[in-house]
Amino acid sequence: MMSVSSEAELAEYVAAADAPIRVIGGGTRGVVGTQGALSVAGVSGVELYEPGALTLVVKAGTPVAEVEALLAKSGQRLPFEPMDHRALTGQGGTPTVGGMVAANVSGPRRFQAGACRDSLIGVRFVDGRGEVIRNGGRVMKNVTGYDLVKLMAGSFGTLGILTEVAFKVLPMPETGVTLILRGLDDVTAVAALSRALGSPFEVNGAAHAPVGMGGAPETLLRLEGFAGSVAYRTDKMRALLADIGAVEVVDDSASHDAIWAWVRDVRGLSEGGDDIWRVSVKPSDGPAVVAAVAPDGALYDWGGGLVWLRVAPGTDVRARLGGVAGHATIVRAGAETRAQLGMFHPEPAPVAALTRGVRQQFDPKGLFNPGLMG
Amino acid sequence: MQMPAPDQMVIGRKDRIVARLQEVLPRDAVIHDVMETRAYECDALTAYKCPPLCAVLPETTEQVAAVLRICHQENVPVVPRGAGTSLAGGALPTADSVILGVARMNDVLETDYDNRFVRVQTGRTNLSVTGAVETDGFFYAPDPSSQLACAIAGNIAMNSGGAHCLKYGVTTNNLLGVRMVLMDGTIVDLGGAHMDAGGIDLLGVVCGSEGQLGVVTEATLRILPKPEGALPVLIGYDSNEVAGQCVSDIIQAGVLPVAIEFMDRPCIEATEAFAKAGYPMCEALLIVEVEGSPDEIAHQLDLISEIANRHNPVEIRQAADADQAARIWLGRKSAFGAMGQINDYMCLDGTIPVSQLPYVLRRIGEMSAEYGLGVGNVFHAGDGNMHPLILFNANKPGDLEKCEAFGADILRLCVEVGGCLTGEHGVGVEKRDLMTTQFDPEDIEAQLRVKDVFDPKWLLNPAKVFPLAATQARRTVG
Ligand SMILES: Cc1cc2nc3c(=O)[nH]c(=O)nc-3n(C[C@H](O)[C@H](O)[C@H](O)COP(=O)(O)OP(=O)(O)OC[C@H]3O[C@@H](n4cnc5c(N)ncnc54)[C@H](O)[C@@H]3O)c2cc1C
Repeated sequence: MMSVSSEAELAEYVAAADAPIRVIGGGTRGVVGTQGALSVAGVSGVELYEPGALTLVVKAGTPVAEVEALLAKSGQRLPFEPMDHRALTGQGGTPTVGGMVAANVSGPRRFQAGACRDSLIGVRFVDGRGEVIRNGGRVMKNVTGYDLVKLMAGSFGTLGILTEVAFKVLPMPETGVTLILRGLDDVTAVAALSRALGSPFEVNGAAHAPVGMGGAPETLLRLEGFAGSVAYRTDKMRALLADIGAVEVVDDSASHDAIWAWVRDVRGLSEGGDDIWRVSVKPSDGPAVVAAVAPDGALYDWGGGLVWLRVAPGTDVRARLGGVAGHATIVRAGAETRAQLGMFHPEPAPVAALTRGVRQQFDPKGLFNPGLMG
Repeated sequence: MQMPAPDQMVIGRKDRIVARLQEVLPRDAVIHDVMETRAYECDALTAYKCPPLCAVLPETTEQVAAVLRICHQENVPVVPRGAGTSLAGGALPTADSVILGVARMNDVLETDYDNRFVRVQTGRTNLSVTGAVETDGFFYAPDPSSQLACAIAGNIAMNSGGAHCLKYGVTTNNLLGVRMVLMDGTIVDLGGAHMDAGGIDLLGVVCGSEGQLGVVTEATLRILPKPEGALPVLIGYDSNEVAGQCVSDIIQAGVLPVAIEFMDRPCIEATEAFAKAGYPMCEALLIVEVEGSPDEIAHQLDLISEIANRHNPVEIRQAADADQAARIWLGRKSAFGAMGQINDYMCLDGTIPVSQLPYVLRRIGEMSAEYGLGVGNVFHAGDGNMHPLILFNANKPGDLEKCEAFGADILRLCVEVGGCLTGEHGVGVEKRDLMTTQFDPEDIEAQLRVKDVFDPKWLLNPAKVFPLAATQARRTVG
């Protein structure tokens, strides 16, 4: 495997390349590609961290864990709570910041704190011509020129190779609790989550596991903030949901953290070799998706709008969605299924044409993950 | 400021173009009388004016598509327009262009509280989106100060922010989907009521593209439950440095205020004279607002006051009720009006890293003396978005030019210290020629390539955002 240790070296390599390059960040998401593996793990290190300005700039090969540890020392964190895919994909490796951004990895807090793309304020990347492109910067309010920062987040390496990224970070809360309702069916559970999210009490985790950590249905809500606030909102939530069920409060921090790591990393579905899909719909459509697909395991996050499904190998989840608006992505499946169904949801023709056009502009030689995103 | 020479061929075909547009639109939706087109000759950057060839006010997405198809065939540039409140000249026409206004498209199409979104036509004003949901306890978070007038269309095009964006983000963080018409008349839907794009994030690049990639006709917007309450605290300091340090300490303490506003002495003096809000006379005033239940608010305000006290403030005034809150906000809200009483002013909006605040304010003060023009600073301190207001006299020959030169120097300074030219108003024509101070040619080229895909003939709002020299070869017209 080739490896580069600086942006300049990378740019030179890409400019000269005439065959597809498979970029290896941490190699944790199991994105299969072609020959030509290139490691960018060497383009690593923290460029700037100003806790008082909530600003962090790091090179793309920096391990996510390193960044999280650094932020934690100042009592801060990445707002979007990135998941660790390793349990689910069964891959080893070390997740890097570049890979996280390329896949727009966002966890349970996404609906309240935004996705990875919402915290991302600047990028540097090498495009398919081997040119270094800068967009955004290190300040959190910036509308100067087109927002290529958003375009790069979630482009799965198809537009360029990230070398540096900048984030807006947030302080960690003083405390947090999990509220659990037990034994709800999916429709009632999502209705309960919607009611909680429609209240002013700043719920920032809202999930439902038909088979929870305890083996039976668990509907989970998270409250974070100052201790007094959390206590107050817990009472409010209890009253709000009283007609649906009794609310159990988990306030010891180890159990609380463990619950949300379990949700975030979709640990409840990781066992076995079946395919894993991720479906994004509007929350109230979540239960209908599960009913239509009839998976052998499911987890609802984002108030019901993010549905994780475990299905028999080769199942075409998209074919079962009917008219539900949204998109379904393969997260774990054999090479044959990936090739046959495609990892990403096909786009309507005019949108697909725009996507193709943008890729052609950024990667005229077709070097980056050809065939991956339409 | 230079604009491309209008295409005389297009102007010569005005009658035919108007006739074709009249075929696809209601009779009164095509405005072509020379006097009447004046209504569209500028936006809120009134220093620059030029009546368009004609203006059209379609009522449906299909009519927008029909208009664009005709303009595409006829090679006529199109300038999309919402409410015309852009401060950057984003909606400024050229004499050969058609203004496509979405003002007649202002319906709420769908309201869904369970899933917390509304779908609206983009001619709807920002405030009336909140207006449509507030009796049910919800609101649309981005709140530009122009929210009574500005349209969602312009908010999306400029990725507008507001006083509360420290907590809730700007337009792009609250936009779930759009229906948009490309220059050739193709209708596309990006995103929807669900979260995150399925493919690459085209919605993310459309937001903030200043009307250059497509005409946005519908938007799906995230709405949020209204907080139980909100109250501010006012803090005065004798030095900008100390006020800056206080902001940084508040942020680090784990309080997430919805807003942290900053005013400097010239601005305090002007607003005091105008609005008599009873502000203390000092070098720097902070207004910090927090949300929650009464107890939650009290706790956060106490914490903030405690931090502020460590820095030896001139005054701390904690609002106890809505009345006191309104008094605290009064001066800040009338700051622009107050400055306008003294003189004509130009409002800039560069962003700087917050740690650079004292240095930048000092440099602005020095430049103000060099140029002989007064300047007051209002500032979204939590996120570094500055609003220097430069005072000048529009009737005095040469003053506007001097003011523009001063403004450009301030924006260069913002870029120099690690910030950017514009935090929320957009580039438009105003900052177009400064883009090269922030971006290398390759950075600009990458952006132009995106436009090449959406609008290969470069007919949509073509003379904006990028230096004319950089787009010369691409523009079909002019
Ligand atoms: C007093 C005052 C205070 C302001 N305060 C703020 C503030 O606090 N925060 C802030 O961010 N801004 C502020 N602004 C600036 C301005 O209000 C915003 O930029 C606003 O979003 C513009 O909206 P509009 O509907 O008036 O757009 P317009 O001025 O009509 O157009 C703005 C841009 O949008 C494009 N556009 C319009 N409609 C469409 C469409 N349908 N599809 C595609 N492109 C389109 C236009 O071509 C143009 O480039 C302020 C302006 C004023 C005058």
